[in-house]
Amino acid sequence: MNQDEFVQISKREEVCPGKKGKLDLDAVRAEIDKAAKHGPEYWRSLEELAGNPEFQDALKREFPKGASEWLDSVSRRGFLKVMGASLGLAGMTACVKLPNEPIVPYVRQPENVIPGRAMYYATAHTLGGYANPLLVESHLGRPTKIEGNDKHHGSLGGTDIFAQASILGMYDPDRSQSVVSMGDQRSYAAFLSAIRGPLSAQKALQGAGIRILTTTISSPTLADQLRALLKVYPQAKWHVYEPVNRDNVLEGAKMAFGQPVETRYDFAKADVIVSLDADFLYGGFPGNVRYIRDFASRRDPDLGQMNRLYVIESTPSATGAKADHRFPMRASEIERFAQALSSHLPINAPTGGVAGDNPGFSAAIVQDLLSHRGSSIVIAGDHQPASVHAFAHAVNQALGNVGKTVFYTDPVGANPVNQSESLKDLASDVQAGKVDLLIILGGNPAYDAPADVNFAEVLKGGKAQLRVHYGLYQDETAELCQWHVNATHELESWGDARAFDGTVSIIQPLIAPLYNAKSPIEFVSTLSGQPDASGYDLVRAYWQKQHTGADFEQFWRQSLHDGWIEGTTYQPKSVAAKNDHIGWKSTTDTAIELNIRRDPTIWDGQFSNNGWLQELPKPMSKLTWDNAVQIGPKMAERLHLASKDVVELELNGKKVEGAVWIQAGHPDNSITVTLGYGRRGAGRVGTGQGFNAYELRTSGTPWIASGVQIRKTGATYELASTQGMQSMDTPDGGHRPLVRETSLEEYKKEPGFAREEEVPQGLTLYPRYEYEKEQYAWGMAIDLNRCTGCNNCILACQSENNIAVVGKEQTLLGRHMHWLRVDAYYQGDRDNPKAFFQPVPCMHCENAPCEVVCPVGATSHSSEGLNDMVYNRCVGTRYCSNNCPYKVRRFNFLLFQDWDTAQYKMMRNPDVSVRSRGVMEKCSYCVQRINEHRIDAETASVREGKEIGIGEDLQSACQQSCPAEAIIFGNINDPNSKVSQWKAKARNYSLLGELNTRPRTTYLAEVRNPNPELES
Amino acid sequence: MPEQYKSTTDLERAPVIEPGHTFGTVTEKISAIVLTRPASNGWFIGFGLFFMLTMMMLFAIGYLFLKGIGIWGVTIPIGWGFAIVNFVWWIGIGHAGTLISAILLLLRQSWRNSINRFAEAMTLFAVAAAGIFPAIHVGRPWLAYWLFPYPNTMRVWPQFRSPLMWDVFAVSTYATISALFWFTGLIPDFATLRDRSEKRWVKMVYGMLSFGWRGSARHWHRYETMYLLLAGLATPLVLSVHTVVSFDFAVGIVPGWHTTIFPPYFVAGAIYSGFAMVLMLAIPIRKIYGLEDFITERHLQNSAKVMLATGLIVAYGYGVEAFMGWYGGDRYDAFTLWNRLHGPYAPEYWALLICNILIPQVLWIRRLRTSPIALFFISGVILVGMWLERFIIVVVSLHRDFLTSSWGMYYPTRWDWMTYIGTIGMFLAAMFLFLRLLPAISIFEMRTLLPEAEVKE
Amino acid sequence: MKRDPIYGIMAEFDSAQALVDAARKTHEAGYKKIDAYSPFPVEGLAEEIGFHHDEVPLVVLIGGLIGGVTGYLMQYWMSAVDYPLNIGGKPPHSWPAFIVITFEMTILFAGISAVLGMLALNGLPMPYHPVFNVPRFAFASKDRFFLIVFSSDKKYNPVETRRFMEGLNPRSVSEVPS
Repeated sequence: MNQDEFVQISKREEVCPGKKGKLDLDAVRAEIDKAAKHGPEYWRSLEELAGNPEFQDALKREFPKGASEWLDSVSRRGFLKVMGASLGLAGMTACVKLPNEPIVPYVRQPENVIPGRAMYYATAHTLGGYANPLLVESHLGRPTKIEGNDKHHGSLGGTDIFAQASILGMYDPDRSQSVVSMGDQRSYAAFLSAIRGPLSAQKALQGAGIRILTTTISSPTLADQLRALLKVYPQAKWHVYEPVNRDNVLEGAKMAFGQPVETRYDFAKADVIVSLDADFLYGGFPGNVRYIRDFASRRDPDLGQMNRLYVIESTPSATGAKADHRFPMRASEIERFAQALSSHLPINAPTGGVAGDNPGFSAAIVQDLLSHRGSSIVIAGDHQPASVHAFAHAVNQALGNVGKTVFYTDPVGANPVNQSESLKDLASDVQAGKVDLLIILGGNPAYDAPADVNFAEVLKGGKAQLRVHYGLYQDETAELCQWHVNATHELESWGDARAFDGTVSIIQPLIAPLYNAKSPIEFVSTLSGQPDASGYDLVRAYWQKQHTGADFEQFWRQSLHDGWIEGTTYQPKSVAAKNDHIGWKSTTDTAIELNIRRDPTIWDGQFSNNGWLQELPKPMSKLTWDNAVQIGPKMAERLHLASKDVVELELNGKKVEGAVWIQAGHPDNSITVTLGYGRRGAGRVGTGQGFNAYELRTSGTPWIASGVQIRKTGATYELASTQGMQSMDTPDGGHRPLVRETSLEEYKKEPGFAREEEVPQGLTLYPRYEYEKEQYAWGMAIDLNRCTGCNNCILACQSENNIAVVGKEQTLLGRHMHWLRVDAYYQGDRDNPKAFFQPVPCMHCENAPCEVVCPVGATSHSSEGLNDMVYNRCVGTRYCSNNCPYKVRRFNFLLFQDWDTAQYKMMRNPDVSVRSRGVMEKCSYCVQRINEHRIDAETASVREGKEIGIGEDLQSACQQSCPAEAIIFGNINDPNSKVSQWKAKARNYSLLGELNTRPRTTYLAEVRNPNPELES
Repeated sequence: MPEQYKSTTDLERAPVIEPGHTFGTVTEKISAIVLTRPASNGWFIGFGLFFMLTMMMLFAIGYLFLKGIGIWGVTIPIGWGFAIVNFVWWIGIGHAGTLISAILLLLRQSWRNSINRFAEAMTLFAVAAAGIFPAIHVGRPWLAYWLFPYPNTMRVWPQFRSPLMWDVFAVSTYATISALFWFTGLIPDFATLRDRSEKRWVKMVYGMLSFGWRGSARHWHRYETMYLLLAGLATPLVLSVHTVVSFDFAVGIVPGWHTTIFPPYFVAGAIYSGFAMVLMLAIPIRKIYGLEDFITERHLQNSAKVMLATGLIVAYGYGVEAFMGWYGGDRYDAFTLWNRLHGPYAPEYWALLICNILIPQVLWIRRLRTSPIALFFISGVILVGMWLERFIIVVVSLHRDFLTSSWGMYYPTRWDWMTYIGTIGMFLAAMFLFLRLLPAISIFEMRTLLPEAEVKE
Repeated sequence: MKRDPIYGIMAEFDSAQALVDAARKTHEAGYKKIDAYSPFPVEGLAEEIGFHHDEVPLVVLIGGLIGGVTGYLMQYWMSAVDYPLNIGGKPPHSWPAFIVITFEMTILFAGISAVLGMLALNGLPMPYHPVFNVPRFAFASKDRFFLIVFSSDKKYNPVETRRFMEGLNPRSVSEVPS
């Protein structure tokens, strides 16, 4: 049989021309020989094969002698590249394959397919069940860029980082590419025949032995299918588990209303917002995209009344950074704080638990809330106990906010159960031997289940006779199941899902599945005996059932086109909070407390193989590629800990080791760790990064655990932060006014506070270049007041401009490639500093220092004021970067781009050239978009026979995806353009303007709205 | 003819050539090193060692071309590292030769006659070593020729506002002129070697190199005119070269670079390090080849005095930089000063002050000025100091500039070190060859120093 | 016409002083086509044999001027005429930035023309020359000084000239075969 394998390999190699020599075949053969004695399992996957050290050695032989030991980062990157190639070599479709059916090239071009012309399709991306309405840019059938669905009130054009990065997830070459059983690649048919027996057997038992474990599902079609399946097998059970679940929210709702309800907010109408540890302005929070827009719309001191945000939080977050008043507080004390507040608010909250003593500021908050009845919001964080949520509900009701700023609707999740409980039940059923057929529909419980449930052991136990895993990756769970069925990515499949407000979006595939795979809906229909039904038919059929009005076709096309289904938005329900039912459980507790949080970039670990998200700096610490043990400065001093010290955390017997990161503003006596790292089976990118915080997580205390022990190991571990220093104060005691800020009153007194005296024109020997003569002069304004540091722009830019991922080692050296970065600064008291965000793209200086020093003229100014970068001409002296005061230029120190992996070739934006080694690159103001619009405008002018200019519909990638509308790009020669109006504002200032660089990108200074009573 | 041409025994006016020599002895002694003396084992060992280092450099460069500039420590914000530091260091060293040959010639400092030859050779090799770095430090070295203005299919030209372009012209001009100066200086001596050598093929080779020089009075006349004019041209050139190099920084806006004091104090620094290198070479050479008669205490003395003077100019330069940092009141310059004194690279800065300012002050003591051993070590210290100066200017200015968010650190990799040490090896290997193949001291110019050379009307 | 088998008559002296005196006498005696050879530049020797104007400085001047003009015009044409670009808001013809290269080009051209000029005017390289046929001439590059009267001189007469030369009390007198 080894023989066959060889044949297979060589054949595959022939199938993939150009992949030859990328990996020396003999080495692989030798490897396979070595592995052969372990029997068939050696062929489970090349990744796994590659996982073993011998194989890596074989690959390292590909490198110039000593590459790895001389300079690790070089060889590591190269290693990744060769891996990419090797997968291709293994025939895992890394080279584009023709379908088996005879195909005919089109002679007449199908209408509305214009080569070089992108098309946009409405679809959605789900996270935790909540749909993110999207428009996806597609070039000749290849999705290349995610945009928000600007018509959909759940997005209004914005997206969050997870949606932006989903495109990379779709093209990830590590995705599972076939059905696998016991390590053998198998056909879907084989799976069908394997499952037919057990299913028919269960028929007799009414499916008593069937358990289906899904992640949070909001898809009406899928839910309907599952319910139908449960009708066929009445005894079967449907369990739901996701590590980052909203159990507390659910329980809080039950506590307050006796029923599960979804809470929806209208921040546009809220004058006072009190957040009890809720990070509602950051990606992943249901509705965050819309919430950021609404919140930001109230942060403009020049129009309307500014809102005021109080954040009481247990770990620094982007939301806390935007607060007018931020109060760090240990997570467990927040309940006591709430309890203390409750006595001052018109709610008759019961006693019980231990109320905290009133901190000085609570009175002011109470006052503010009471004086803003009906126009305030109290919002509790997902990880706060039910009682805090119940408290929030009670307050909102008492203040008459319900129906004005707060709304209650049916839950978005189709099966609102307590997920930890649900998983526990499943585990115990399995242990009790009640489960014959376990179907894990998505998710990765073997990795992310609570430590006390220890689902991996449960699966290993083999009590569940037939275990089927359906998912995107052959991950930790897949390894423990007899059958793994590879799933389609959402961008490849038909489906539907509900947004935070219940609005249903139809999920349209942008491309045929890259690897022969089934969508969840198709998979479930297989279980219910229709293996051949296509996702399209199923979804369409379901909605045909739902559709009452006439002309379904019209309705269907409309829904697909718009990206949502009319009339599916949940209507607010009137529910009464039985506020005397707040079950306080608060206790006084002085032990060190452990906050376990979802990771800001890789979430619960499902994105850990996504290079963009791995390298995306966490909003507050700017760390990449790792999670860290975050502690406050005080605590670090007390324990003599410095950043990068490795500590051992011990919580009821379980131990993990991680590196310390001292996080300014983190409450004392409390530790924050994030989930999603320390994966074994993530893939090339994610495996082995960081430490696994799930080890410390129990179903009892999923978010806030008390009594953790922290011990210094003496070792240190490099953490890759993309920011040099997070303060505007320099060690010599100086201060640099990079972000300029004032309070609302001060601003009213002196609106022009941010403007530094402009450098006089006459200082130069040379005449000024007259850009005014041109029709267009491109410029950008960034409103620091609106920016919530959600990092969206970074990924939008990365995706739009084919920006490479460089890996942790290179990031450590400071060689990350992001064209646009978001600097985070802290000012003042390290234990509770003010925090600022400042997105920094290229400033496109009119007197660009970079251009003057380039010896080959590889960077020069366009007549419209763009600081162009000519990659072909660049020889790479790096002089321009040295002379750039903003350090926005990025250099390809090595071959950072992956030129081999076919998937990435398909993913790239064809309008932007892919940079190679030794070339400088930087933000281009999305010149490709400018020119696209220019061409449109010109053709239009010709067609209409009159002059038509480029309109406001031209948006840079960062601007388009910004949920806060904090970035405005446009023509500053047009006094009516929005950017001109912004630049005309009093608080407009240019960064380092005193250098007379005359930047085209300017900032609107930050204005906060503190409570006068608390100012002193 | 001027006073100092006379050889006296007064210590202050130590002779530039010991008494008792004739045209014959001078000729024989110097040409013997090349023609008759067999190469010692010491020479082979030394040459072998430095040749190996040269090979190491080539290996490092090969790997660099293979992998990219990323194998070095450079990064954002420190876009320039060892490559530029070494470039400036070598170019600086390369200044002594032309200075000694040209400026001292114009100043009629006849003592230069015995050291200018190998000082010029040293210049050439130093410039060659320097020239390597700008070529290989670019991201796409195979395109480095784009810095030259030649008609091309892209129909684009270099950007002449960039100091790097000025560098290209200054350095290539300097290399060319120094080479011409050196070679033309050799022509009469080639003739001497031609006539001295026994082996026919050696005769042939030197004969070709001598262009058939026969010492005709007319030729000598034109020759001297040319030599004088070349000296006259080389003098402003040598001053311009390091000025232009300093523009690479002074034209930039980086705090710590953007300074008008740079040109003078770069030139002074160049001469400083140049003379240090001359001494480091001259002292062993005169010992090994018994040339104490020609390279006398007088030469050591004068070189030491030049170093003392230029060293003080450099010190003044540091002083002004620091003063302006404080007095200028610019928050960025002020911080740069603070950062040098207290920042992560403070040890390097203090070491620089000790090497370049403190230790060389011992040269005020005459006994040390005339002690070869002492001078040898002081010169070494100065060379280290001057290297550190360039490191401070290039790296420490860049690593913390305007935006605190973009501050970074620079850590040289082993590849940086291999390339740097490799160039030192190449430089010395070239010196070794030079000593064996060419007269290390200008024979005909030495003849003019003899009393017999005078003629009265 | 058949060439004279004798290229000239050469006298050898052992001091620069002797050579200078001999040269003066010979020149005064009316011999114009003469030359003197010495191992190092001897002050005033050239004048004694009637060499007065030296063109090297002129060559250098011209070379330098050409270099400077070329340098500036090149930069002007390339950056202001042929392919003007807006570099950091500076005008295409940013003259202050062009000064450095203009200067360097001046030096470069002047230097090269100095060397080439000298060689050309001296008629070098010339690997073969009749004087080398005299064995003792090898010492001209060490410590001996030579004076030659060419056979092409009007006043030249094999016997007369030889006698005259011997009258200069040289170390030796020899005929130089051509």
